Amino acid sequence: MPPIVDPKKCNGCAGREESFCEEACPGDLMYVGQDGKSHCHAARDCWDCMSCVKMCPRNAIETRMPYQLGYHKARLVPLMGKNSITWKCTDINGQTVTYKYRNRLDVKD
Amino acid sequence: MPRMAPNPPSLDAVETVRVDCDVLIIGGGNAGCFSAVEAAKLDPSLKVVIMEKAHIMRSGACSAGMDAINTYIPEGKTPEDLVRWCRSQVGGGPIREDLALSNARELNESVDDLERWGLPILRDDKGNIRYRGAWDISIHGEQLKPIMAEKAIEAGAEVHNRVACTQLLMDGNRCIGALGFGVRDGKFYVFRAKATINATGGAAGLYKSYTADATDSHHQIWMCPYCVGTGYAVGIRQGAEMTSMEQRWVATRTKDFCGPVDTISVGYKAPIINAKGERIMQSRYAHLGADKAPRYIRANAPMEEWLAGRGPTYCDTRGMAPELAQQMMTDYLNERPSFVLFLASRGQDPVKEPIEIYGSDPYIVGGHTQSGFWVDMERMTTIPGLFAAGETAGGNPNKFVGGCAAEGKLALRGAAAYIAGLELPEPDAAQVEAEKARVFAPLLRGEAFDGLRALEMEERLQRLMDEYAGGTSQFYRTNEERLDYALKHLAMLRSQVQYLKAGDLHDLMAVHEVIDRIDVAEVLCHHLRFRKETRWQGWQTRSDYPEVDPAYDCHVESRKNLATGEIETFTRPYEQLVPGDRYKP
Repeated sequence: MPPIVDPKKCNGCAGREESFCEEACPGDLMYVGQDGKSHCHAARDCWDCMSCVKMCPRNAIETRMPYQLGYHKARLVPLMGKNSITWKCTDINGQTVTYKYRNRLDVKD
Repeated sequence: MPRMAPNPPSLDAVETVRVDCDVLIIGGGNAGCFSAVEAAKLDPSLKVVIMEKAHIMRSGACSAGMDAINTYIPEGKTPEDLVRWCRSQVGGGPIREDLALSNARELNESVDDLERWGLPILRDDKGNIRYRGAWDISIHGEQLKPIMAEKAIEAGAEVHNRVACTQLLMDGNRCIGALGFGVRDGKFYVFRAKATINATGGAAGLYKSYTADATDSHHQIWMCPYCVGTGYAVGIRQGAEMTSMEQRWVATRTKDFCGPVDTISVGYKAPIINAKGERIMQSRYAHLGADKAPRYIRANAPMEEWLAGRGPTYCDTRGMAPELAQQMMTDYLNERPSFVLFLASRGQDPVKEPIEIYGSDPYIVGGHTQSGFWVDMERMTTIPGLFAAGETAGGNPNKFVGGCAAEGKLALRGAAAYIAGLELPEPDAAQVEAEKARVFAPLLRGEAFDGLRALEMEERLQRLMDEYAGGTSQFYRTNEERLDYALKHLAMLRSQVQYLKAGDLHDLMAVHEVIDRIDVAEVLCHHLRFRKETRWQGWQTRSDYPEVDPAYDCHVESRKNLATGEIETFTRPYEQLVPGDRYKP
């Protein structure tokens, strides 16, 4: 049931012309509704690419495996750093593993 | 970009936007971004416009990221060596060796560009690039797409985000741009360009995925589901010559979550095993090269095990060193992070339990196999003014990320040479108005109209193709009668396009996507029907002609006859340019 937006955390990127998750979605699936929160047009059309999850500055979006494919409930949370990314993954048994690595090189001008 | 515009009350209320440029790039993906950067290098005065269906920062097949560049020529090897490997991977071809060679000569420089732009390419402690196979190198490509997009924007390309292409703009038989609509702003766009580079990506969603349950998992497929074949479709509708459309890309993928497998099998040497623990590549495919067998053999092997009653099949990751397992998970996080989530949702540790694998649904992706436009060395299609790069350009398989980038540059150079001294006429008003009416009609049918949703037609198409044109449920097999059946029903689907209705602009995009998919599926079925042999099991399996027939050692081509609307098929000869045994790397 991807992606799940937490309405308590989401503010629709108020003040931005377009929210970060709208900008991130390759399927044009995210939109900010009348309630000022982000929503997904159709959960079934999501590719689970997690671009919106990575881009959200308030960590308000979670990708959840469709139950038809994976059991309740595992979590994978990215934290974007400068030139690095940290992922925290918790499986259905509560085991947590963290991965951190460089995702950009410093570019000399 | 504003929120989605309300539906227009009438066609007259739809604003038309006119944009003139030197080079129009349809699709701001891998190839398209490289075309834009190359334009600025070649001639900064060129006005380059990118028409992008999503937002360029995270659009298309690279949006989720990438964990490897599958081809980078190592020291001591030559472009000719790469073409030999490429040819052997597709069972000795036939391939377009002229195109493959020119691409190979441009390849490393394009990958070096990516590193200069900030893409981390993994190196050993001596600073040498870390190869994970004979040709492929490891990257931390989580940011691959934004890195390419930033450079295209820096290069001065004018990006029109959220504009979906629906048709080419023609002046007689010459392409002079493209038409489309804003999926958010609801405007109709007329791009007039001296040259147009078609770089939309390939076609996913022609076939039903075996994970396509009715609710949340329709798009659990390997290729980006938003690449629907529009690039092919707009060319097909203008009579462009298509090549090798029957060479579908089918790959071994992780089961129940269509994730990459080369990461495990090539990158970490995990053997493919069946239910009995038998290493199938060694025991059953030794004569074809075992783990180094052509790609379609490896893709088809697990499915043959299932068919013979020896499934499930796995990549045996058991006993992997923990630091290697950690590296493998990092690779997945770079390319398909949700696969790591999938394993967690199964409570699975790959060091203790092997990773299950299965065949993917078939795709038409000319950056992987070789289906797409027939192009000349400048990457111009048979339509003057229309160039193709990346997944849309045919004849030249195994391009992947680096090769599509290289081809973006080559197509731009071809386009720049073509436009010298070229003057364009005003767009034909009748053509523009007719397309505008076609595009917006599904949105203007009125509440009371008893019609069809795009989704309904998409699911009908996908099941038809799966069962009759060799999808996963049929272990990729088809025959003459099934293809005739598929073609009959594709014609029926096309006749029912008039009933499609859209609730809003996003929905309107889905309507045009399914129309494009039908056009690509029809050409694909004609190609499968023409090749009365089985040359690439899995990619192209004819149960009525199960053997290779030397009579078909040629390129299968097609063209829509614009007078009759029929798809006409014919052949072109194969030319071997790189000497050596075609079947060996």
